[in-house]
Amino acid sequence: MEKIVVRDGKAQGVALENGEELSGRLIVSAMDVKRTFLQCLDRNDVPDSFYRRVQNFKIRGSSGKLNIALDGLPTFPALPEGSSLMHSDMHFIDSMERMERAYDDWKAGTWSQDPYVDMVIPTLNDPTMAPPGKHFMSVFVQYCPHEIDGRRWTTEEKDAFGTTVLDQIANYSPDFRDLILHVEVRTPQDIEDEIGITEGNIFHGELTMDQLLFNRPVPGYAQYRTPIEALYMCGSSTHPGGGVMAAPGANAAREILADLKRPNTVPENFGDD
Amino acid sequence: MTELAGGKWDAIVVGAGHNGLVCAALLAQAGKSVLVLEAEQQVGGAAVTRELTEGFSVSPCAHLLYQLQPEVCKELKVSPTLACEDLATIALSRQGNHVRIAGNAVTGVTGADAEQFRRFRKRSLRFARLLRGVLNRAPPRLGTSDWRDVLSLARMGFDIRRLGRDEMREFLRIIGMNIHDEVTERFANPLLRGAICLDAVLGTHLGPRSPNTMFTYLYRLAGDGGRNAVPRGGMGMVSAVLAQAARSAGAEIMTATPVRQIVVENGRVTGVETEAGELFSSYTVISNADPKRTVMRLVGARHFETGFIKRVHHLRSHGNAAKLHLALDGLPHVDGLAFKDFGERLLIAGDEHYVERAFNPAKYFEFSTAPVIEVTFPSIHDESLAPPGKHVMSAVVQYAPFALKDGWTEASRQRFLDIAMTTIAEYLPGLEQQVIASELLTPADIETQFHINGGHWHHGELALDQFLFVRPVSGAAQYALPLDGLFLCGAGAHPGGGVSGAPGRNAARTILKRERVR
Repeated sequence: MEKIVVRDGKAQGVALENGEELSGRLIVSAMDVKRTFLQCLDRNDVPDSFYRRVQNFKIRGSSGKLNIALDGLPTFPALPEGSSLMHSDMHFIDSMERMERAYDDWKAGTWSQDPYVDMVIPTLNDPTMAPPGKHFMSVFVQYCPHEIDGRRWTTEEKDAFGTTVLDQIANYSPDFRDLILHVEVRTPQDIEDEIGITEGNIFHGELTMDQLLFNRPVPGYAQYRTPIEALYMCGSSTHPGGGVMAAPGANAAREILADLKRPNTVPENFGDD
Repeated sequence: MTELAGGKWDAIVVGAGHNGLVCAALLAQAGKSVLVLEAEQQVGGAAVTRELTEGFSVSPCAHLLYQLQPEVCKELKVSPTLACEDLATIALSRQGNHVRIAGNAVTGVTGADAEQFRRFRKRSLRFARLLRGVLNRAPPRLGTSDWRDVLSLARMGFDIRRLGRDEMREFLRIIGMNIHDEVTERFANPLLRGAICLDAVLGTHLGPRSPNTMFTYLYRLAGDGGRNAVPRGGMGMVSAVLAQAARSAGAEIMTATPVRQIVVENGRVTGVETEAGELFSSYTVISNADPKRTVMRLVGARHFETGFIKRVHHLRSHGNAAKLHLALDGLPHVDGLAFKDFGERLLIAGDEHYVERAFNPAKYFEFSTAPVIEVTFPSIHDESLAPPGKHVMSAVVQYAPFALKDGWTEASRQRFLDIAMTTIAEYLPGLEQQVIASELLTPADIETQFHINGGHWHHGELALDQFLFVRPVSGAAQYALPLDGLFLCGAGAHPGGGVSGAPGRNAARTILKRERVR
C-alpha cells in the first residue's frame, strides 16, 4: 500500500505500490498516526494545525530485540537446577540506578551500555518452536534508540549493540555463549523498516499523560475519526494505546458502526484545531 | 505542664519566615493576640539580607521577588520598595551571541523563533493566570459533601472550561508534559530552549525530561506574570516590611527564640516550649517550618497516625539548588554584554540537553560537573549592597544534591565551588579576577542555616502529586494538620515556595474561617 486516496475531502480508497487502486466506502488505518498522515496522505489533505499535531506526536524508538537460537538450555547459577523460574519472564535488575543510567545513555543518543533485558525461553513452554533439545530465547532490550546521534545505524554499531546484550546475558549465564547457534539483532530502525511502525515503537506513541485519553492521538480526534471523511484510525496510536489487547480496534469498530447507522455523523470541519 | 490549659495567646506562629509573618499579621489584624517565635536573630527565614564580607551584602537564600501576591500587599498595606521591577533574562552564549528575553519579546533568535516565543509566552501566561486563581485559595477537599469544597472544585473546572474548547484541550494536554518536549516542538534556538528549561527546573529535583516540568514552568509564571524584581535592600527588606505590618497590627515577634517542641496534651496542641525551656501556651499553633520538621521533630511522630507519618516521611524534599555569593572589585568586559546587562538575569544553560546532563548526576547523589546557573548582580540596581564601584553577585547553582553520596564536606564544597567558578568564567571571563570574597551554600548548609529540611526551596518538591489537594500530603492539604490546633503556613503547604505570601495568607484565612464556623 502506498497512498490513501483522498478526493473532495473524502477517503476513496488506497493505491498499491504496483499501481493498482482499490476503492472502499471506508478506509480504516491500523498504521500509527504518523505513518498514516505524514507518509500515506498528502500534506494538504488535512488542516495545518492537525498536521503539526501529528508531527509533534511522540513516537520514540526505545527498545531493541534479540532473537537467539540455542543448541541447548543455558544455565543460570543464580537459579537452582531445574527451577521453574526458567519458564518465566527473566530480568537482570538489581537496582533502579542501573535502569536509570541505562536511560541516560538513550538520552545521549546511544544504546545502553548496561542494558536491562526482558528475557523468555518460550521453547520451555512450547517445545514445538525448536527442534528437539534446542531452544529459542526472545530478548527485549532497553534502551535502544531509533537512530544513533540522529543518523541511521551502521552495521558495526548494530553488531556492537548485539554484543552488549549477549555480554550482559553471559554475565549471568557462563555457558550461554557456547550454546548460541544464531542471533538476530533488531534495532528500532529494523523494526520500522520491516514492520512499518514509526521508530519501531511498540506502542505506536508514548503513553504519557499528554498522549492519553482525549489527547490520543490528537486532541479533538480521540474518537477514531480523522479530519478526512470516511477515514478512521484503529491502531495503537489511538486510545487506549499499545500492547496486544485489541481495544483500539474494537473501540474503532463501534464508532464506525455508529457512524454507519447514522449517516453524516462526522460533521463538516469536525474538530478543526 | 497542666498550668498550660487556658491558652494565653490566641495563636503562636513558629518561625518568622515571610509566610509566618503574613499569617501572623493577618490574624493580628483580625484582633487575635499573636506571638511569633523565630530561632534566628533576624526575621525573614529564607528571605533575608546579610553581610557577605565587610561592605558587601547579599540575599543568601531567595534572591529574586517574582511571586509576591498583590492580595498580601493590599491586605497588609505594604509595598516593598523595588530597586528594579522587572529583570530581562539573558541566556549567555560563550561566543557572545546572547539571547535576550524581555516579557513576550526575545532577541538574538530567528524571526520564526521570536514569533513562536511570543505565542508560547502568551499562552503560558493565560494558563498561569488559571493557576494563579488557585494560589490564593485553600484547596478544596475531595470526596466531601461540604458545599464549599464542591463549589471550589466546580469553580476550578469552570475556570478551565472557560478557556474555550481549543485552549482547554491544550491546557489538559500540556499540564502533565515535560518542558523538554515542549521546547523541542517549538524552538530552533538552543539557548532559548535551555533558558526555558532552566526556568522550569530551578529549585527542584527535576530535569527537563522529568514529568510535569511544564507545570513547574507555569508555576513560576503564575505568581506575577513572570516578572523578576529586585527588592531594594535585599530580600531582608521584604521581610522587614512584613514584620513591621505584623507588629503594627499587634503581633509580638520574639527573635533568637528557637522552639524545642510543640506541646501536645490530651490529643491537642496546647502551646510551645522554647530551647531555653520557656513555655508559651495557645490552643492554636501555626508552624512556618516545613512539614517534615513540624511533624517529625517539633511535634513528634507519636502524636499522629502511622499512615499519616508514612506520607510525611515519603514527602519528596531533596534540595538541589546551591547558592553562590561573590564580593567583586568590579565587573569584567564580556563580549555582547553592556554594563547594564549585568543587571539582568543571566542564565547558563546551553540547551535542553545541557540542563538534562546537569541533572543526571543528581539522580545518583552526585553534583553536576557542568552546572546550570542563574546569575544576578543585584548591586547594579541597589548601590546599598556594595561599596561604590564594587559589586556583589548572587547565583543559584544546580545541581548540588542535598544528600550527596559521600556527604558534604569542606573538600566537596570547595570542589563544587571550583566547578561553579570555572563554569561562570567560561561565560563571564575575567570575573574570577575580581573576586574579593566568596561563599557557597549547599542545600545542606541551607538546611542548617535556614532550618529547611533537605534545603528545598519549596519545603517539598513541586509536583502534581504534591500539589493542591495533596500538598503537602493528603489529609493535611487545608493547612490544618491531623492534630487539634496545629496548622501549617509555610511553603510546604499549598501552593508552595517562592516569596509569595500565599500559604501564609491562605492559612490565616482558613484559621479565621474555622473559628467563625465553630
